[in-house]
Amino acid sequence: MAKLIIPTPLRKFTENQSSIETSEGTVEQAIKGLANNFPELQKHLFDADGNIRSFVRIYVGEDDIKALDNQNTKLDSSSIVSIIPAIAGGIN
Amino acid sequence: MFISEEKLQEEVTHLSDFIGNTPLFPLNNILQKERVKLYAKLEWQQFGGSVKARPAFNIIKNAIKNGELDKEKTLLDASSGNTAIAYATIGASLNIPVTICLPSNASKERKMLLKALGAEIIYTSEFGSTDEAQNVAMGLYRSDPGKFFYADQYNNPNNWKAHYYGTAEEIITQTKGEITHFITGLGTTGSFSGTGKRLKEYNSAIELIALQPDSALHLMEGWKHLETAKVPGIYHDKLPDRYEEIDSYEALEMIRLCAAKEGLILSPSSAANLSGALKLADEIDEGVIVTLFPDSSDKYSEIINGLFLS
Repeated sequence: MAKLIIPTPLRKFTENQSSIETSEGTVEQAIKGLANNFPELQKHLFDADGNIRSFVRIYVGEDDIKALDNQNTKLDSSSIVSIIPAIAGGIN
Repeated sequence: MFISEEKLQEEVTHLSDFIGNTPLFPLNNILQKERVKLYAKLEWQQFGGSVKARPAFNIIKNAIKNGELDKEKTLLDASSGNTAIAYATIGASLNIPVTICLPSNASKERKMLLKALGAEIIYTSEFGSTDEAQNVAMGLYRSDPGKFFYADQYNNPNNWKAHYYGTAEEIITQTKGEITHFITGLGTTGSFSGTGKRLKEYNSAIELIALQPDSALHLMEGWKHLETAKVPGIYHDKLPDRYEEIDSYEALEMIRLCAAKEGLILSPSSAANLSGALKLADEIDEGVIVTLFPDSSDKYSEIINGLFLS
């Protein structure tokens, strides 16, 4: 199963779990599934229109999903999805 | 090269002329309400390039004075950027080595500036924010206490005292004592705590409003979402008269508005302060509101490019 890495500030809402396994097929499905399982994450991950907040960085492996297929990026059993807090820009 | 303690003290005294005393800018275009005035301290206009010059300098000055820091020791701290740059700027001037524990998702400009100023950067997890960077810095200090002076901006009282003796006194003088509201974001909480404490002592009717991001994941560099972050040891949670939350999207829109109306291109945290201050201005019939603009847009090219070029 793919693995979602939870950033420290959000672990309060995932019962202190640092990673969560997912069998979802895309990044969007995985993040929505995460928020469904832990509803307090909703406001931190999604904007009022239900889209992933534009400044929440999501990586699959080493790649920003913006350089892949964005929220439709496909996941397989070896995928590691990282949710990165944006301090002031991304990982450079 | 051996430099005497007296010479180092002289160099510190010389630098003090270039720290603080920032202009109080009237935001007359963005707020036009007859009996409400809004001002912002342009904190990037000092040596070190941001509001963090004040605590960084005060921490260094007092550490040298107390014999905790000299040119044989390395200043060590955790920072998300601005304090690190201020330490590195002052450290370069005083020839004091600086080591910074920096979350690896800090912006490219921050890393570049720190390297240009000669600081050693120890990257910490991109998942852990400055909370984890603090743990790494503490661990490093404990592994070799003789090598480091651990500045510990989150728990060092010389952080908030820089604002108590500096920022607050400047605001009182610059507003001729007429300030009625002080509003700013919480990061290390030093600027809010130090400025707010002194303003309350000056006039207990001055209202203090603390701002924080509405989410753990946000764009306001240095700000803390207290519900999910390690609360700094210097913070007194009873000081604010009230708290308000700012959405990162509001801050981005405020960057556009302030650039167009005032000719100031702000950082996200400065813009978030402006957003809070304008909402406050809507609520009151009269008063003099003061906020801080911690830094300009200079170190946020990715955000500014996204706002204005794409």
